[in-house]
Amino acid sequence: MRKTDILIIGGGPAGLAAAVGAYEAGARDILILDREEHLGGILKQCIHNGFGLHTFQEELTGPEYAQRFIDQVQAYGIPYQTETMVIHVSADKVVTCVSRQNGLEHIQAKAIILCMGCRERPRGSLGTPGERCPGVFTAGTAQKFTNLEGMLPGKEVVILGSGDIGLIMARRMTFLGAKVHACVELMPYSSGLKRNIVQCLDDFGIPLLLSHTVVDIHGREHLTGVTVAEVGPDLKPIPGTEKEYPCDTLLLSVGLIPENELTEMAGVKIAPTTSGAVVNEELQTSVPGIFSCGNVLHVHDLVDFVSEEARKAGVNAYRYVQGELPESGRAVPVEMGFGVGGIVPQFVSETATGTVNFMFRPRNVYRNAKVIVEVNGEQVLSKRTMILAPGEMVNLNLPAEKLKGLKEAPSILVRIEVPEA
Amino acid sequence: MYDVIIIGGGVVGCGVARELSRYRVKTLLLEKTNDICNGQSKANTAIIHGGYDAKPGTLKAKFNVLGNAMFDRIHEELDVPVQWNTSLVVSFSLEDHPALEKLLEQGRQNGCRGELRIIDEAELRQREPNVGQEAKEALLVGAGGIVCPYELTVAFAENAAKNGAAFLRNAEVTAVSKLPNGHWQVVSAAGTFETRAVVNAAGIYSDVFNNMVSERKVHIHPRRGEYYILDKKYKDVFHAAMFQLPTKMGKGILVAPTVDGTVLIGPTAEDIEDKEDKRTTAEGLAKTLREAGRTWEHIPTRGFITTFSGLRSTGDTGDFILGEAEDAPLFFNCCAIESPGLTSSPAIAQWTAEQIADRLELAPNPAFDPIRKAIPKFREMSDEERAAAIAADPDFGKVVCRCETVTEAEIRESIRRPVGARDIDGIKRRTRAGMGRCQAGFCTPRTVEILAEELGISPLEVTKFGGDSRILQSYLFEEGKENA
Repeated sequence: MRKTDILIIGGGPAGLAAAVGAYEAGARDILILDREEHLGGILKQCIHNGFGLHTFQEELTGPEYAQRFIDQVQAYGIPYQTETMVIHVSADKVVTCVSRQNGLEHIQAKAIILCMGCRERPRGSLGTPGERCPGVFTAGTAQKFTNLEGMLPGKEVVILGSGDIGLIMARRMTFLGAKVHACVELMPYSSGLKRNIVQCLDDFGIPLLLSHTVVDIHGREHLTGVTVAEVGPDLKPIPGTEKEYPCDTLLLSVGLIPENELTEMAGVKIAPTTSGAVVNEELQTSVPGIFSCGNVLHVHDLVDFVSEEARKAGVNAYRYVQGELPESGRAVPVEMGFGVGGIVPQFVSETATGTVNFMFRPRNVYRNAKVIVEVNGEQVLSKRTMILAPGEMVNLNLPAEKLKGLKEAPSILVRIEVPEA
Repeated sequence: MYDVIIIGGGVVGCGVARELSRYRVKTLLLEKTNDICNGQSKANTAIIHGGYDAKPGTLKAKFNVLGNAMFDRIHEELDVPVQWNTSLVVSFSLEDHPALEKLLEQGRQNGCRGELRIIDEAELRQREPNVGQEAKEALLVGAGGIVCPYELTVAFAENAAKNGAAFLRNAEVTAVSKLPNGHWQVVSAAGTFETRAVVNAAGIYSDVFNNMVSERKVHIHPRRGEYYILDKKYKDVFHAAMFQLPTKMGKGILVAPTVDGTVLIGPTAEDIEDKEDKRTTAEGLAKTLREAGRTWEHIPTRGFITTFSGLRSTGDTGDFILGEAEDAPLFFNCCAIESPGLTSSPAIAQWTAEQIADRLELAPNPAFDPIRKAIPKFREMSDEERAAAIAADPDFGKVVCRCETVTEAEIRESIRRPVGARDIDGIKRRTRAGMGRCQAGFCTPRTVEILAEELGISPLEVTKFGGDSRILQSYLFEEGKENA
């Protein structure tokens, strides 16, 4: 059987940075597997700019950002295999993959880094009634058609959901000569980045209809329009508020789901709050030697943070292979207090060293709130913020020595405190 | 000049085409839409009914039981997925015991094969631990099963084509009339044809054709049913198809595993007027969930992958309308085929073909080959089989639909086969590409490319289901310029 020290599943931003991280830590036997023809993952179709402000202090497009990492991977001579689909991962770290060139292969790895990214929630999962006609796309699929295939789905557009890809596609479709009539968001706030709302909707006069949803889809052979209605606090449509929007294209940006089918095959525990693996501060999953990072672990807002997280996973995978990852002591659970959703990591080892990074999404919009980390009832971190929103992740770096009393602590509590009215 | 023209490429029409190909006969099937299996046959509950439900003495009862007994052979000969997972008809009140008894008695009278008995709450919960708290007892139907309705229809068509039947799609029939020589003339969008016999298997439109040639008028109205499909993650929640005690509108909402491992919930039963109205509605979907909630409490909404609706061809007699029209010689009806139509279809097809053979004095076809092999399913292969498949055809090494693990080889074969796929939905039905949890988000661009390549058309001409259902509108660039 083919063998490798570190096998990385996925050659998108997470996989590339994980490979670079592992290499720079000293690993020399690394293999990246990717299902597509070219490395770079979904960044290949993200031709807008805004990537890399944190990592490179400059504004890059998605393909440029990916290329920086691809160049490094190639400079280091890290082997990668494209057009190779992983179809199984076992708990003892045997990966089964298929490709045209090599047929079916089993590869035994010492460590595996899961970097499969995420997928978009489809229409069917929303249960939106109406016709099942063409003209309804997830925003990312439309993005692939326009940006990689050079084809336009349509010219009269409504966008359901205000996730970042939907916002970016509102601007992109406008650039391509389409008329974007509205961006319709069920919640009273957007799930996208503020900067995208300003730069992709406001700048083009595209209305963002908060607390609205699509309640009907029309058109037998092709989409001809949608019915939009306002929703109440229970998120149910309010009768009498329906309004027709003629359109030939409905783009959905209603959420991303980490693609953890392989993860589950390997018996890795999944966290319901993130739909990604349960990990400790080293990004190691419940199966020793299997690590997870990037959007397959939890859906990020910025690719820069994906790269940062993935580098760390790469370093730790190498430490694991070298037997240098200290036997973790007791895993202290991280509890989500008020306002905190989808925290990563879910556990911190009581013997944690270095910097512990916590990331989570606020459950709602909070102004002038404090983000607090508590151990044994004692605040070890308290950080004031101007505004917190579900669209923007909170990223906390905490030196491990600050987590004093961890050995005795039943849990670590992360919570948001809002100022009293 | 044909011996037989079949109007309609659903499971019944394709089944008749296959059964006729056992004889020396020149058969042509005319399908209105871009592909076979595009009406009721693609949007139904995918159940092999045991035969307890129909009133004794009806055609529904007779053909249900006859059809049910044919599925093992269909599985063997046509390589169609069939599972005998039993059906359970659950009651939620002990006061309904007499109604269960009545079904049991009806099943016995109809000649239901296999186990048929009422089980108490303890046994019900032991078999199906996830059944709702209100469930009290159930009728166990051993002869209940599940089948893939698309593969069944496609298999009938492929096998018929292999044995000599001709198929034309986009061939809507607009007129059927008697010629002076006693033959029938069939006018369609694909040409005008002369034939000795006609089979009316036009589903929801079968009343239209009957009424063109017969004074014994038939009326068929659409009865819409709305469904949810849940992710494969939930495939083990129920083992049997879980019915609820029937009402006068139909068999009620059921929760059933499918042969593909997903879970189906539905259908509602709503009488509508428009024969093309296949919308789902907020009310219908809500009703589906509400009623199914008695069988499966706390249905995981995050498990939904899609919703759809189907139209049943409900006739005004309440029964199937089969056989040669009394006042229109050699015009054979397969009308008003609603539930248990899928289960009955093999028997209806066989019986109709026999009637025709008898009337046209057809001789057996010595070259008839009953065997059809399914497109190899990469997702079901062992690793050894996968390695061998890729060695033989490297396209098996290219997974296009990642959710259902469908390879490029399977997609290409689905297009190249006789009566092959010619649109995105046709590929879906033949291979499951795009039917998984991402609902074709990732694979659509590649599937469009493959279809365009195989059919020799522009990607802009690729449709979801024929007609104007194009996926894409225009190219962005022409002669190096942005063109949109």
